[in-house]
Amino acid sequence: MVLFGASLVVLFVSGIAAMLNSGRHPGRAAILGVSGAVTGAALAIASAVPVLAGAPSWQAWTLWQTPLGPMNIALDQLSAIFAILISTVTALAAIYGRGYLSGHGTDPRAAGRSWCWFNLLLASMLLVVFAADGLTFLIGWESMSLASFFLVLFDHEHPGVTRAGWIYLITTHIGAAFLFVMFMLAGNGTSLDFFSINVAGNLRADQTLANTIFLLALAGFGTKAGLVPTHIWLPEAHPAAPSHVSAVMSGVMIKTGIYGLFRIISMIGAPPLWWGWTLVVIGSASGILGVLFALAQHDLKRLLAYHSIENIGIIVLGMGIGLVGSATGNHLVAMLGYAGAILHTLNHGVFKSLLFMGAGSVIHATGSRDIDRLGGLMKRMPVTGATFLTGAAAISGLPGLNGFMSEFLIYAGAFMLIVSGGAIWAGVVTALSLAIIGGLALACFTKAAGAVFLGEPRGPAPANATESPRAMLGPMITLAVFCVGLALGAPWLAKMAGTATGMAATAASFPDSLQVFNLLADITVATVLLVLLVLAAALLRSHVLKGRASTVSPTWDCGYAAASPRVQYSASSFADPIVRMFRIVLRTRRHVQAPEGFFPTAASLETHTDDVLMARVFEPAARGVTRLASLVSRLQQGSTHLYLMYIFVTIIILMIWNLR
Amino acid sequence: MIISAIQVLLALLLAPALLSIIRIVKAFFGGRHGPTLLQPYRDLWKLARKAPVYSRTTSWVFRASPSVTLGAVLAALAVLPLCGVPGPLAFSGDFIFLAYAFGLVRFFTVAAALDTGSPFEGMGASREVQFSALAEVALFSCLIALAILSSSMSLSTMLDHSWAAAGNMRGEGVLILVAAALMLVLLAENARIPVDDPTTHLELTMIHEVMILDHCGLDLAMIEYASALKLWIWSAIVISVALPMRTGDAAFDIVAGVCGVFVIGILIGVIESIMARLKLLKVPQLLVVAMVLGLLAVGLGLR
Repeated sequence: MVLFGASLVVLFVSGIAAMLNSGRHPGRAAILGVSGAVTGAALAIASAVPVLAGAPSWQAWTLWQTPLGPMNIALDQLSAIFAILISTVTALAAIYGRGYLSGHGTDPRAAGRSWCWFNLLLASMLLVVFAADGLTFLIGWESMSLASFFLVLFDHEHPGVTRAGWIYLITTHIGAAFLFVMFMLAGNGTSLDFFSINVAGNLRADQTLANTIFLLALAGFGTKAGLVPTHIWLPEAHPAAPSHVSAVMSGVMIKTGIYGLFRIISMIGAPPLWWGWTLVVIGSASGILGVLFALAQHDLKRLLAYHSIENIGIIVLGMGIGLVGSATGNHLVAMLGYAGAILHTLNHGVFKSLLFMGAGSVIHATGSRDIDRLGGLMKRMPVTGATFLTGAAAISGLPGLNGFMSEFLIYAGAFMLIVSGGAIWAGVVTALSLAIIGGLALACFTKAAGAVFLGEPRGPAPANATESPRAMLGPMITLAVFCVGLALGAPWLAKMAGTATGMAATAASFPDSLQVFNLLADITVATVLLVLLVLAAALLRSHVLKGRASTVSPTWDCGYAAASPRVQYSASSFADPIVRMFRIVLRTRRHVQAPEGFFPTAASLETHTDDVLMARVFEPAARGVTRLASLVSRLQQGSTHLYLMYIFVTIIILMIWNLR
Repeated sequence: MIISAIQVLLALLLAPALLSIIRIVKAFFGGRHGPTLLQPYRDLWKLARKAPVYSRTTSWVFRASPSVTLGAVLAALAVLPLCGVPGPLAFSGDFIFLAYAFGLVRFFTVAAALDTGSPFEGMGASREVQFSALAEVALFSCLIALAILSSSMSLSTMLDHSWAAAGNMRGEGVLILVAAALMLVLLAENARIPVDDPTTHLELTMIHEVMILDHCGLDLAMIEYASALKLWIWSAIVISVALPMRTGDAAFDIVAGVCGVFVIGILIGVIESIMARLKLLKVPQLLVVAMVLGLLAVGLGLR
């Protein structure tokens, strides 16, 4: 408790100090900001670890008595897991950000100021997961949105950044509006204590209220998490933000939406079956659409942002399986689903922040985010390349790394549902969606990693690239090690996650936690065997090759010896067959200037893939709202006589109303 | 356990022979004298002794790919059942491990192909990820159908047919659909006609062959051996679905299983002899057929 308080204080003070110093001593501001973020994160971790390790949870502890009611904080295992994830990733991103911003070419004073928002973002995310009631939660939630909004606007002089910032701000506030209504309904007029049994009791008695709250929570938290159809801000805001901020936003900030969903579900008690179905359908839509749109992107960071949508979809699929399991009384399925969702949240937090940092490192070295203009960076940036490839393999769910373990749990939950009967089709939909997502994610990440890091550089920028500074590489190496560590520790983590959500989500005791552990222990053994066999094969290979002279030659070119790097298969060509296959959904616009005549000169091909929901639903809707609003503006002409008339008319109407 | 180990040993020993059986059948149809049964072994031995040549474009990814390929396929072999004989490492959910171990192979094969910077290899890699994404869905719908039939989450118990009650017509229908779908997936995943032609010589038309175009010597030997093992694994799965008789005598089952794998080899040879390759644009349709067969099997199993 004291540690958490200290953490908040450190974050606030260091943030303000960074802001104050940014004018005259920008270097000192950055050091203050980074050391504050790291210290604050360490304190928060220190306060959360004992609870996760088995110490009793804290009950509500009053932070501040406000006129609206007390602001309470509390900590149970669910919060502790999220707090540790948020602190770890954000601290690493802060260290990385120091190196990233120093070579960013922007005003060092702006960079100094940004640390204030960065530390406030960390503080508010921590407040969100430590909050014990609706008021504290919403205060944390709003500060989180605002702090991240200012961070997104860091490069505001670049085209499109301001637009992205506004889209983010508007979307996130529409989401927050749902949450305000939800907390008011759930709190029944008073401030809502998450841990008070009365509230939960009320909800359990009134199914309609519970359903309404579930849907509002889904809308509100789904917007923050980036679920289809309210995902539209992610592909705008994440590429616009500086890379360490993208890493925090995509790796951990959107996870507060997942935390919120878990928290609300844990309060409502036994769910009806259709809740599970809703999450399965939305998760599957997010997963498949996310990865499809990612495939069609040319911008590395936009591609990663769409992959966040995909992975949030996978997490929600796990939650859906968990809810279906709870609803059908199948505790093992429930536990597999919830544990898989939590584990995937952790895993995605680690590998997505790693990938965003890798993308940032590439931007730092080459100044380009266009996948089709990069290439050959593995030799020039070996650490960035190797860690990015690790992250890419992890996010594709390949055995040996952490992404596979959590996807395995969700698969296992789906198949357990299929095998044990009950809502079989939910299991079928989940398993098939995961299979579709898995195949396409592999296509997308071989495209991204292959086109950026492998082959020959497609131009002078990647050809002259050099490795990023150590401040950037350290966090990336750490996160890559976490990708392996979380895979090996998955059985224990899943057991912990299972009990954390099990206690919270269904209030039932889970004798199945051991079964989950054993299931994962088996797959861990198999994975370790796989890694050992790979190592054995590699050792054997190098042993056999030791004495042999190897020759270096050009790549086989069919005898055409004048090939330039431009003949390489581009990322767009690589993804084109799949993009065409799904053209009904993607609606990629192609501008082709085909080569003509016997001696063709100029030819070009451009493809654009707009977000179909943004272009076809939200932009028209926004235009409609603007039109309606402009109707209202006719009432407000600035003429005092007109306003006097309004007052007069209103009084007349009120008098008539009163006479009636 | 010992019998499972023998089953794996047989796969390690006989997998290249499966390739020669296909070649012998194709030679027979073409009116030629085929190679002997030992030719693939000789080829592997010849390759393994050669000094390596590397493209100057490539990085460590290209050199790591053969080891990852071989290691992952060997690990997949550890969970493979053969006609009732369980895999030595069979566990709940092992089929997911098998599918994703092949995913790892694909990731590194594709990455190594892109690492060479060759347009041909990029083209092959692009086709590979497209077709395998479709094949994966077909594979998982088959696995779901088998899980429904057997109420089991391990490939070994799914395929031992201990669940089959006599005269269960529904179960047989599901098995026929699954076997057909898996056979199509086998052809696609192992680069066989009508999806890909392992003996073609035009880089533009290849899929798997073109991705490993720049590998040579020991690396190529490792990849070729891993491909042979992969073909063995797929054939074993298909024959275990298609041949539901189990005697309970493990030695007999193993012999029947190995013969069954070779029968699949003959079947592949026949298919390759009497069919032309599909146009590349038609391949997705073939895989969608496999997917639909798998989904029909799921529907039939649930009815």
